[in-house]
Amino acid sequence: MLATDTQTAAAPHAAHGKRVKMKATEVEVYYSEKRALNKINLDVREHEVTALIGPSGCGKSTFLRTMNRMNDVIDGCRMAGKILLDQQDIYDPNIDVVQLRARVGMVFQKPNPFPKSIYDNVAYGPRIHGLVRSREETDAVVQKSLERAGLWKEVKDRLHEGGTSLSGGQQQRLCIARAIAVDPEVILMDEPCSALDPIATAKIEELIDELRTNYTIVIVTHSMQQAARVSQRTAFFHLGDLVEVGDTAQIFTNPNDERTQGYITGRFG
Amino acid sequence: MTDIVERPQGVASRGAALGVHATEEAQKRLKRRYASEWRFRAYGLTAILISITALAVLLWSIVGQGYTAFTATTMSLTVTVDPALADPGGKRAQDDLRTGDFQGIARAGLRSVFPDVKERSDLRALYTILSNGASDAIRDRVLDNPALIGQQITVRIPVASDYDMYAKGFAAKTPKGGESRLSPKQIAWFETLKADGKIHSSFNIWFLTSGDSRQPELAGVGGAIIGSLLTLAITLAIAFPLGVMAAVYLEEFAPKNRWTDLIEVNINNLAAVPSIVFGLLGLAVFLNVFGLPRSAPVVGGVVLALMSLPIIIIASRASLRAVPPSIRQAALGLGASRVQVVTHHVLPLAMPGILTGTILSMAHALGETAPLLMIGMVAFIVDIPSGATQAATVLPVQIYLWADSPERGFVEKTSAAIMVLLAFLLAMNAIAIFLRKKFERKW
Ligand SMILES: Nc1ncnc2c1ncn2[C@@H]1O[C@H](COP(=O)(O)OP(=O)(O)O)[C@@H](O)[C@H]1O
Ligand SMILES: [Mg+2]
Repeated sequence: MLATDTQTAAAPHAAHGKRVKMKATEVEVYYSEKRALNKINLDVREHEVTALIGPSGCGKSTFLRTMNRMNDVIDGCRMAGKILLDQQDIYDPNIDVVQLRARVGMVFQKPNPFPKSIYDNVAYGPRIHGLVRSREETDAVVQKSLERAGLWKEVKDRLHEGGTSLSGGQQQRLCIARAIAVDPEVILMDEPCSALDPIATAKIEELIDELRTNYTIVIVTHSMQQAARVSQRTAFFHLGDLVEVGDTAQIFTNPNDERTQGYITGRFG
Repeated sequence: MTDIVERPQGVASRGAALGVHATEEAQKRLKRRYASEWRFRAYGLTAILISITALAVLLWSIVGQGYTAFTATTMSLTVTVDPALADPGGKRAQDDLRTGDFQGIARAGLRSVFPDVKERSDLRALYTILSNGASDAIRDRVLDNPALIGQQITVRIPVASDYDMYAKGFAAKTPKGGESRLSPKQIAWFETLKADGKIHSSFNIWFLTSGDSRQPELAGVGGAIIGSLLTLAITLAIAFPLGVMAAVYLEEFAPKNRWTDLIEVNINNLAAVPSIVFGLLGLAVFLNVFGLPRSAPVVGGVVLALMSLPIIIIASRASLRAVPPSIRQAALGLGASRVQVVTHHVLPLAMPGILTGTILSMAHALGETAPLLMIGMVAFIVDIPSGATQAATVLPVQIYLWADSPERGFVEKTSAAIMVLLAFLLAMNAIAIFLRKKFERKW
């Protein structure tokens, strides 16, 4: 079982020759004494969208959070194994978590803009990391980030209105703009469309596809169609195990594991 | 109750055509439900009416007894500042003037209004209209301007409390059999002065600015107000930062384990400890061990701070907890440190709630009496305190002291002091409500 996982994870990597941006080896996560993830091995490749799918409670969010150490702040959460970001262990004691989260940004399930203006929402990250020195620099970063998130046209005349006054879909794109503003290398998204209507969802999906050129993206999704539409690689989780990972087309048309088959057909049929 | 039992029969006997909710029984059930809902609302309404009535009666009796204290009966008295009495030494030195016989001057002035009164006992009765404030008023004028010595001046002085009460119509209420405080002669003299236009009734600014006194007509809540403000300032300066820091640490940084659980339980218990216990603690620790001064606002402030601390911590934790976790996650996910998350996002969002809780706990502290009695703030203090280490009294203790005084004049002062205290409390609650409304946030 374990051997096949490693093989399926490793084989396409060699074939494509794309650089591995993040690499998880034997990752285990415990909540108090309860194990939520069993020995996960997964490569995340640069400039690709990797989708994590699987039934509720199988540990997708937990795994996503290990990748920028958001689990650190959960009481009783413990982890074993290694996660490399550009060959560097992110759980190394010398690694600064603040720095890490600037490199590996996160977008959450429910849009969570700060109760501040749109401008301040986007400017917050660059400000705390000291990326901007003057008002002009901040303006430029805010504009660029909002443009990349496809929100600039809609909000350029109301930058100083509250971020919470936007619609749900706009709020989520604002959160993406906020994450982009600190210039991360990897963006983690945990079911970013689950609270949105189909039109807003389509916009975000389009955006994710565009962002791929500049960033590496890992997205958790409940929607098989979404995984099929936006991702190049898909990983299927089940009860804390990483059952199978491969090219999205292969996972959806010709899965190796019958659990994957069952999940996919169960959902579609 | 019974319809549950009846229903199966009803269902059995009913034709299939009628639904369960369309029968006559269903109508009855509906009626019963409406009746019980109506009763429930009636109970609620009755409860509210009773509370409002109780409150109205309370306010009515306090205001009804106290409002007269805000007017004072004063007398215009023209006196000649006799150099022999004011400054027997003739050096016009301030210290000599301070010890001059200004009471004699006031009495002479009064005698000149009633030249017919000659009898010694009559004179003594006549002098009772002069309050101690009379000689003080003349002395102050002369100290200000020694050139007045030898001249004739007119001063506006408060009349003694018994006459004040008579002027306000309270003397008529003297219980039957009880002796009236004023003799018919005294009343006649007072009426003469009144007829001459020498008696006035004016706003009693004195009541709000002066300290306590044995004479009701001279007593004021000024000293108590200053004492209360000094005490509360110290309470706030200690309890607010400590309480907020403790709440922030417990809520945002402390691990959840047995120790923090223990601390939490203890904080909740402390909030329920009777306030007098904090007074005993203050007496034992601050006065007996550290030797801090008795009756001082600094000690009272520390004791009240200890008392308010758990309340502020609990209120602050509640409003920190009300900040949605998604805000913390958003900031953490951007690479903010935990301290930045707290100072940039959580604390500003929780601040209105924290301030509301703090103001309410300050209002609580303002009305607190028992612990202050323990640390000696119950003393009779005439001087208005000018610092936190001087002896002082506070509003509720002042009320307690006056309520204990036998003089009729203190009855209205007691109620008036309660009115002042209530005004402060209302103002503080209004600020708390204003803050809550202004910064109320929908997520
Ligand atoms: N903060 C937490 N404390 C304790 N258990 C948790 C916590 N978060 C998740 N879990 C548990 O870990 C398992 C995986 O959860 P999660 O990663 O949220 O699943 P998914 O995102 O795939 O639905 C679940 O059994 C869940 O109950
Ligand atoms: Mg999840």
